[in-house]
Amino acid sequence: MHRVWAIIERDLRRFRRSPVLVIVSIVMPLVQLVVLGYAFGGQIKNLEIGVVNEDHGVPSVKLEEMFQAVGANAKTFNTIDYHDKAAAMRDLRNGKINGVLEIPPEFSRKVFAGANPRIALAEDNTDQFSSSALEGVLNGMMPAYNAPAVLPRTTASVSLAVVEVYPYVPYIQYLLPGTIVLAIFVSAMIGGGIIFIDDKARGLHEGYLVTPIRKFELILGFNLAGAAKAIIAGLVLITLGSIIAGIPDPLNPLRMARMFVLVVLTSLSLISMMFLIMVRVNDPLVPRAIFGMLNTVLYFPSGAVYPSQSFPAWMKAIAVVDPFTYAVHGFKQLILKNTGLMAISTDLIFLSVFTIIAMSLATVLFRRTL
Amino acid sequence: MFDIEVENLAKRFGDFVAVDGLNFAVEHGEIFGLLGPNGAGKSTLIRMLTTLVPPTSGTARVNHFDIVRQPNDVRQSIGVIPQAMTSDLELSAVENLTIFAKLYGIPREKRNRIIPQLLAEVDLTQWADKPVKMFSGGMRRRLEIARGLVHEPKIFFLDEPTTGLDPVSRVAVWEMLARLKRERDLTILVTTHYMDEADKLCDRIAIVDHGKLVALDSPLKLKASVPGKNILEVSFSGAPQNWTETLRALPDVAEVKSEDNIFRISSENGPRTTVALMEAARVANAAVTSLSVQSTTLDDVFVHYTGRQMRDSLQGASAAESPFLIKRGGGL
Repeated sequence: MHRVWAIIERDLRRFRRSPVLVIVSIVMPLVQLVVLGYAFGGQIKNLEIGVVNEDHGVPSVKLEEMFQAVGANAKTFNTIDYHDKAAAMRDLRNGKINGVLEIPPEFSRKVFAGANPRIALAEDNTDQFSSSALEGVLNGMMPAYNAPAVLPRTTASVSLAVVEVYPYVPYIQYLLPGTIVLAIFVSAMIGGGIIFIDDKARGLHEGYLVTPIRKFELILGFNLAGAAKAIIAGLVLITLGSIIAGIPDPLNPLRMARMFVLVVLTSLSLISMMFLIMVRVNDPLVPRAIFGMLNTVLYFPSGAVYPSQSFPAWMKAIAVVDPFTYAVHGFKQLILKNTGLMAISTDLIFLSVFTIIAMSLATVLFRRTL
Repeated sequence: MFDIEVENLAKRFGDFVAVDGLNFAVEHGEIFGLLGPNGAGKSTLIRMLTTLVPPTSGTARVNHFDIVRQPNDVRQSIGVIPQAMTSDLELSAVENLTIFAKLYGIPREKRNRIIPQLLAEVDLTQWADKPVKMFSGGMRRRLEIARGLVHEPKIFFLDEPTTGLDPVSRVAVWEMLARLKRERDLTILVTTHYMDEADKLCDRIAIVDHGKLVALDSPLKLKASVPGKNILEVSFSGAPQNWTETLRALPDVAEVKSEDNIFRISSENGPRTTVALMEAARVANAAVTSLSVQSTTLDDVFVHYTGRQMRDSLQGASAAESPFLIKRGGGL
């Protein structure tokens, strides 16, 4: 029994003397609680809806006013006026807006004729949470429109026709983009975090530092090697993941080529971020300790598991600087909507600029001496 | 011509003075030994000379390049074997050497020529393609010696190259160093804890303590500088009063220390003192229960210059600056 106590005592004494571990073991679950708590099931707000009014009669204007009222009050969506239906649909397909409401040309006439007028909602159904929130609000508006305070002269009842512009997207497909980025992140965490710090602690870097290699050469070398490993992880995931999640035509060469570009940039940005975080770290415990926390803080606010329109402001602020956000958005466009690279140019530019900044900062902060 | 010139070199970590204004020079072609107790500042000194740690003040020239102002020229001129075993365990011997040859910018055809040659020089040819994790400590050390030579440096730094090795491997490493020095016209600066090795192999030895130089000379002269050429350790049963004074009066005795019934006598002439001692014991009717006569060793020199009391100090300050300072790799 003495021996058992000896083991217990040793472990607890060490636990007490490593405050990092104690702090992380408390902070990490709290971070998960807060982040996950706000990541799921929040009210979805500020979806962007294009409105194409091809009618312009009084009943259609009244309908438009009701849409705008939603934007001002419940804030589920904001409306953007389009004069051209084709332009609205193009923006919808490129992911700039979440839906297009079309008030057809004969709308007012049908209202007055009592001929069951319809308005059409073309929605981006790759995001089930957003599209069902949208349908819910719009369907709720129809009875309000149909039952005005003053007894109507006409008895027409407007109904909403929903058009889903993409085939049904099951949640597993919705989750796939985030999973691909997560695989790249884990690879970056191991290659850029754990292995890097372990080598440093084992004195392997001492061997490099006595050679005439320059700081930037070392950082670039570490980054490119780490990125290569992460790219392999990403490529395996886009292939296997597309097949497992049942993406139609999973191995489409053109889409694969586009995804390769995004995998490369995502890998570079995540590995350079990791080196920047780890550049002054010496304790091999640190990358292991912050692994889970980084994962929570970067993955969930990115919109990988739930639309970011439902997040509180602080989580949106994280999302703005989080490379996950742009990588996940990019993969969603490519996988779920089969768009071209132009539709994700913002994502590609952000990831490139992020990589350059992170690598430059890491080079500045890297110590050429022990 | 001096290959290494050290001028007022100092390093402080916070309040802790690791190296306290050292001055010395190493001649071309020397094997220069750096001895000192743990924490004396040897590793910090080597790290400054190899550009790993910037000095707090003072400087040094290595191969005539200033370690502060021309670090890259210094790096190109030196081969360094750090204290920790730093080979990549997953890679083979050849792969380890190739990576470092590339880090030094050695072109392919030259690499292909010198790597087999180096492996032969350190007797690892038959293990060339085996992963280093299968190597014994001695084999790893030899591989690191080969690694330090890929770019044909002029000056070789080794920080405790034989610590943790078995006696056979130690001998092999030292013989290899002596041979390499001859064949390649190297200047070698080495730290060690093994006085016998330093005695046999070093041309000159510097003893460092508390970051200061306390002695610097050839092993022979260092040994001569310590009082007494021989040490007699003797114990008696029935030693009379004032026995220590009697012993001190024996011919050629320089110093007598006693502890209980054991006497430690430093003598300029061991055999003569021994004969006189036996006679004195017979006269005094004291029986000699044990007797040993030893030549002065570098151990005695070391103890003489650094004192023998324990002087542990925390390395906290320096460890905070450099986590590598107290780390020992390779499961030594």
